Amino acid sequence: MASTAAGNPDTTLPVSNPEAVVVRFAGDSGDGMQLTGGQFTLSTALAGNDLATFPDFPAEIRAPQGTLFGVSAFQINFGSTEVDTAGDAPDVLVAMNPAALKVNLPQLKPTGLVIVDTGEFTKRNLDKAHYETNPLEDGTLAPYDVLALNISEMTLEAVKPFGLGKKEALRCKNMWTLGLALWMFDRDRKPLHDWLKGKFAKLPEIADANIAALDAGHAYGETAELAGPLQQVHMDPVPSKPGLYRTITGSEAVALGLVAGARLLRLPMFFGGYPITPASAILHHLAKLKEFNVTTFQAEDEIAAICSAIGASWAGSLGVTSSSGPGIALKGEAMGLAIMTELPLVIVNSQRGGPSTGLPTKTEQSDLYQAVYGRNGDAPMPVIAARSPGDVFECAIEACRIAVDYMTPVMLLTDGYIANASEPWKVPDPESFERAPVEFLTEKNAVDAEGNPVLLPYKRDEKGARPWIKPGTPGLMHRIGGIEKDALTGNISYDPDNHQVMTDARHDKVSGVSLPDQEVEVGEAGGKLALVGWGSTFGPIHQAVRRARKKGLDVSHIHVRHLWPLPGNLGELLKGYDKVLVPEMNAGQFKTVLRDQYLVDAQPVTKTTGQPFTIAELEAAIEEALG
Amino acid sequence: MNAPTKIETTLKDWETDQEVRWCPGCGDYAILKAVQRTLPQIGADPANTVFISGIGCSSRFPYYIESYGFHTIHGRAPTFATGAKLANPDLDVWIVTGDGDGMSIGGNHTMHLLRRNLDCQIMLFNNEIYGLTKGQYSPTSRVGTTSPTTPAGSIDRPAQPCAFALGSGARFVARGFDVSKNLPDVLIAAHAHKGAAFIEIFQNCIVYNKDVFDDFAAPKGAEDRQLWLEHGQPMLFGSEKTGGVKGITLNHVTCGLEVVDVVDGDWEAANVLVHDKANRLIAHMLVEMPFGPFPMALGVLYDDPRPSYETEVVAENARLAAGKEPNLAALLAKGQTWTVE
Repeated sequence: MASTAAGNPDTTLPVSNPEAVVVRFAGDSGDGMQLTGGQFTLSTALAGNDLATFPDFPAEIRAPQGTLFGVSAFQINFGSTEVDTAGDAPDVLVAMNPAALKVNLPQLKPTGLVIVDTGEFTKRNLDKAHYETNPLEDGTLAPYDVLALNISEMTLEAVKPFGLGKKEALRCKNMWTLGLALWMFDRDRKPLHDWLKGKFAKLPEIADANIAALDAGHAYGETAELAGPLQQVHMDPVPSKPGLYRTITGSEAVALGLVAGARLLRLPMFFGGYPITPASAILHHLAKLKEFNVTTFQAEDEIAAICSAIGASWAGSLGVTSSSGPGIALKGEAMGLAIMTELPLVIVNSQRGGPSTGLPTKTEQSDLYQAVYGRNGDAPMPVIAARSPGDVFECAIEACRIAVDYMTPVMLLTDGYIANASEPWKVPDPESFERAPVEFLTEKNAVDAEGNPVLLPYKRDEKGARPWIKPGTPGLMHRIGGIEKDALTGNISYDPDNHQVMTDARHDKVSGVSLPDQEVEVGEAGGKLALVGWGSTFGPIHQAVRRARKKGLDVSHIHVRHLWPLPGNLGELLKGYDKVLVPEMNAGQFKTVLRDQYLVDAQPVTKTTGQPFTIAELEAAIEEALG
Repeated sequence: MNAPTKIETTLKDWETDQEVRWCPGCGDYAILKAVQRTLPQIGADPANTVFISGIGCSSRFPYYIESYGFHTIHGRAPTFATGAKLANPDLDVWIVTGDGDGMSIGGNHTMHLLRRNLDCQIMLFNNEIYGLTKGQYSPTSRVGTTSPTTPAGSIDRPAQPCAFALGSGARFVARGFDVSKNLPDVLIAAHAHKGAAFIEIFQNCIVYNKDVFDDFAAPKGAEDRQLWLEHGQPMLFGSEKTGGVKGITLNHVTCGLEVVDVVDGDWEAANVLVHDKANRLIAHMLVEMPFGPFPMALGVLYDDPRPSYETEVVAENARLAAGKEPNLAALLAKGQTWTVE
């Protein structure tokens, strides 16, 4: 039932301790590829390899079976050294049907390995994938190693004893495939057995069938190795810092970071959200953490989500809301109110392809202008961008801190890639983040001309922040609102000079947010070329710069977390390079901000395909800039 | 509702030092006074009372009440109120909105606030016009309203706030008008209701829609044109002096309300309905009862409490948190982990 190598006889997988391998699982959106990828990720992490993943799935929940637009893929790059991109081109492509093969084959490395389920290569499925002839037979796969197996049939055989219907039995295909992948990379099956038993605790026969399928896939590998075409790959664990590790996605990290941030401030958290891809997962995670004094509220719309969070902040909780580009657009007016009333608020934007509905499940960094400039009036607001799933945790804590210290809304930018991707994460010690609890104002904070105590709700501290006064506090009744306020009393004021004073105060407060100096990630402070990135482009920029430096090129990597205000030393730092390139997944937004702020000749490297940069693309950009 | 301890205050205690800036003669003045009279009567605590408003003439209201106030953005007051009440369920929350704010730009939030049944009082000042933007017709303007945006008269049919509220799941619906002496009683009943209490208050915009409610609100002939509902009392209006006492009865064939004459005070013989504030079916008829053939139904039209939203959220949060240790270190290390030596 298993046919073998139809194409290139030279296997490209170095069998003994390769530095890194990229595997892409692709199938129908109902085939469980994200689940397969997720579990393979976990086993990779448990084996001690570093990794980065890239889930790539359609916006449709159950697109018609077998179609090209219904293909769902999960890519993982794992290695025995530091890995920080999901990899450029896969070494191994697992294609569960013709459509998955068609969509993903162009990305496969020349001479890479393709594993296909021949059971799905029927006339009907070939038609759906618009294949006129069978690619398994017409030479399409000639440049590659091919392992063509009837996975469907072997799965049915493996789960026969459990008496499942054919449809249910075939659902175990992904576990058969995972079993084979586990064998290929010499992985322990036990964590998977445990996971399946837990997942199907109430359906033991389904658990057993999946375990049987997994074991059968694994056994197939062992047998096939003896027969010749397939060889097991051994990869050493990465030497990492000692400590406890887990895998984490960006969405999980946002939720954990917010919980940690609020707890470090000794504040209850209120999270107002409205379902939107790819931000919904944050609300899902937080809804399960009620014991941490978290209230979650699924609002009727994006506006209600942010306004309820502002209302909660006014009442003394840490208000948080999250969304993605189109939802953030709806929240704009309310952000202005939070800026005007100077209440703390954290807004998380998991960016996706835009404009409008754009590409809901694809990644992009095109909301930078929206974050920094996207409100009516002079409405400055701190903006922080996370570089990776693990980095989100720290950024979320920092966003909470700035929001409360400076009584301001803060936007935290992640993106679809960070939200869904996972990476190994060294579990931090919460004690290392310890910090003093928030102090609310409980007594009048000034005296009038006669020496009577009075309340001045807009009297600022040395940071420019006004006091936080909870309704319910005796004697401190006052009114706030979106109309311009008197610089001290907070009462409505249409006085022209007062508006100048307040506009300046809001500006100075935000531009004065205390930030660490910008550091250089790789390379020197000064030289021929700097690549300046922000957000999830960290991985490809980092690797491209490392490789270029290995070739002796004078290039450095600067990665900016604080997009607004920018770190105080960034302007001087950039002036130390002959050339500045800004790779970003938009049409050149950060490049424009840098030019505006520093009059530096920043040049854009842009990409808006919904896919992350590849290392090769950025290496090419470096070579061109230095060429 | 929700003042844990009753506080002694006077009307003066509820006045702020801010100059009231409504047009002279605006109905808002009367409503402000009615509220400032009501608050001492219910024993409200200024420190625990919050007034939250949207945008429009009515939404300036919080600046004139000596409590905590939040003048927010257009149409969104219910959402800020929801966040504030969930964050601190002890707050006594009043929402001030208008026909444009609450029925047009913020209609969605009004609906969801009511269906969730957040414990608060929602005062919708209905003047059937956009006042602060200088007189455009509003979602409650009657057909044919001439305004800068409808020079030949408006075409679209008006929304009916109380019918909308009841349709959205409100458990308390009441009506009053600015200069009515009964308004404080309506507000007291609204405050006593645990849950979302919706009060439509007809308000005279003397600049852009002057005296538009005079056909029922003018003192002359008021008895014949106003039906003040009182729980357990027959639905009677009019008087012998003005052409006879009348009542509202239910026609069992059409399943509709009808006006009947009451002879010699014998309302039972005329089958006049007795107001049962918990009767949702009759409430639906009362909110839709057309003025003209019928009097204007005023007072507490419907009042039948259900558990309020914030109470249930607090209970649910406690249930989900029960027995779980809020251990951050354990949370961070959740799931499958591995140790690097």
